[in-house]
Amino acid sequence: MSVPTLAVWKFASCDGCQLSILDCEDELLSLAGAVRIAHFTEMTRAVEPGPYDISLVEGSVTTPADAERIGQIRAQSRLLVTIGACATAGGVQALRNMAGAGEYAGLVYAHPEYLSSLEGSFPISAYVQVDLELQGCPVSSSQVLEVLTAVLAGRRPVIPLHSVCQECKRQGTTCLLVRGANPCLGPVTRAGCGALCPAVGRGCYGCFGPTESPNVVSLARRLRADGMSPLAVSRLFQTFNAGAPGFDGEAAEAAAAARAARAGREGS
Amino acid sequence: MAWSPRAGDLAVVDVAGLDALIMALADASYDVRGPVVRSGAIEPGPLGGVVDLPRGMRDEQAPGRYDLSDTAGGAFFDWSSSARSWKAELFPPEEELWRARQEPGGNVTFLSTPKASRREPLPLAILGLRPCDFAALGVTDRVFAGAAVPDPRYRRRRDTAFMAVVECGSPGGTCFCSSMGTGPGCEGTDAAPDLVLTEIASGTVADHRFLVRVVSDRGAEVMAAVPTRKATEADRSEREAILSRAAARMGRRLVTEGLPELLLANLDHERWSEVARRCLACGNCTSACPTCFCADVRDTTELSGQVVRRRRWASCFDREHSYLHGGAVRASTSSRYRQWMTHKLATWWDQFGQSGCVGCGRCITWCPVGIDITEEAAALRGAALPAGGGAA
Repeated sequence: MSVPTLAVWKFASCDGCQLSILDCEDELLSLAGAVRIAHFTEMTRAVEPGPYDISLVEGSVTTPADAERIGQIRAQSRLLVTIGACATAGGVQALRNMAGAGEYAGLVYAHPEYLSSLEGSFPISAYVQVDLELQGCPVSSSQVLEVLTAVLAGRRPVIPLHSVCQECKRQGTTCLLVRGANPCLGPVTRAGCGALCPAVGRGCYGCFGPTESPNVVSLARRLRADGMSPLAVSRLFQTFNAGAPGFDGEAAEAAAAARAARAGREGS
Repeated sequence: MAWSPRAGDLAVVDVAGLDALIMALADASYDVRGPVVRSGAIEPGPLGGVVDLPRGMRDEQAPGRYDLSDTAGGAFFDWSSSARSWKAELFPPEEELWRARQEPGGNVTFLSTPKASRREPLPLAILGLRPCDFAALGVTDRVFAGAAVPDPRYRRRRDTAFMAVVECGSPGGTCFCSSMGTGPGCEGTDAAPDLVLTEIASGTVADHRFLVRVVSDRGAEVMAAVPTRKATEADRSEREAILSRAAARMGRRLVTEGLPELLLANLDHERWSEVARRCLACGNCTSACPTCFCADVRDTTELSGQVVRRRRWASCFDREHSYLHGGAVRASTSSRYRQWMTHKLATWWDQFGQSGCVGCGRCITWCPVGIDITEEAAALRGAALPAGGGAA
């Protein structure tokens, strides 16, 4: 079998997920030997034409040009894997989906008519068929490696879909939520990060996005019972995965509250 | 020559004697572990002497709540249960089972698993596990060591481990071991511990002492290095008083009479949907439970060409846990909660001839939304909520 080609693509994003690939330091040379890196402009300007065996796509679709480009990439890719919160859920820029981006454009730009952007920020899966999504802001280097290694071996990748809580329990981190130490989104957030934040005494802030069945309503009730205001609870969800199904409801509540507050200020 | 207890004897040691016991275990080349304070909770940890024990600490436990405070008291075991059970010591959350490589000719070479081969780890000594925790080992023993094909890793760790149980004088708000017959004293269980200790700290500082029931010969060997005296009738009656006070202070109660039949006759009860509205399906309960034994075994490949088989704790609260061809059998949270609870309290009897629950209360305390298995059982029974309700 010939060496498979790998392409890495960027849409609206911060490049952090692409850096996570470059962060596979110990494995990077083996990886470069196992696949032919045909398109990865974060790493090299040498670009080969498609088609590609594996495409990793970072970033969200925010412009009509993006929407067109992702279609072309899909057409050239045998497997298309989206990486990171932007590509899987619209990213932090999906906050604009709840805010009315058109209004803001007029406040920021002298000639908003020059802009050509969509009303929102959308996941890649809203436009093309995606074979696998890796959540996280940024993605875990080891999960990226696991996917590529699995593809090379023709097996199913081992990517957990369960909560961060199980990672905490496996590594012996005492539950911050139950100890009343910190609000934590671990019970509704997908594992994969290695429960980094709770391990250093900081509640999970949900950068890996929702589990397969997040009961956000029940967790929010618990957080309010701990004394957090409903707005503070909603804001916890208004970050990198604000547009992810499961988190979007609370995030929209926070956005609505912010709009109401602004309207109040402007009215007075 | 000083008196030294033999198996079957009841001895008394003072605080210095307890320290000497910990030293004696270390001298006998055990990796000594016990309850220590870490991250605002009592957790299993390495034990170098009595100085590491959670002296004066008291835990408040309620559904979804845990709080540890320093009472400045002198007792070492004036708390109910460690946040984590001792399950991970014998059944690690994640372990490599084997590693292999396919040679160019097609032959498969099994490579030694790096961790196991280099050096055999020291046998464990656990001092300060509670009777409920020890009863939980009796449950996992049947699962892992009692199976037709015993698990060699579990068995090796378990057979070589030294167990010094400390009886419970201060049950917590979520405890119900007396309902399950697993505590607060450590009487007869499936397996025998090596030592059973009872702390007597109610008197003066000079009177602070531990009753030590020597159960095994191994226990007697270690005790030979510890200054002791024979227990008196007064010591025995003090222990009885401590345990009967503890039994009366259980925060929770579970009526076990006819419970398996009750649960299995109510598989369509509306309560399962109600609890599912609260349940986060996060798996904290199964992780905290000292008897939940499910694991996922996965083979992965590495870029080096090696193939690795790993075992990792899994939870019946995960959708993928019941994934069969085409989808998950238990797609809803209500069906997953029902699976967990009916297995724990009912079908465990069919599978292993005993209850899967030892009444330690960890699933109640460490559930982020405080779902209470005793309350759920009582609701299915249609009875009033359990008495006591130690929620602080």
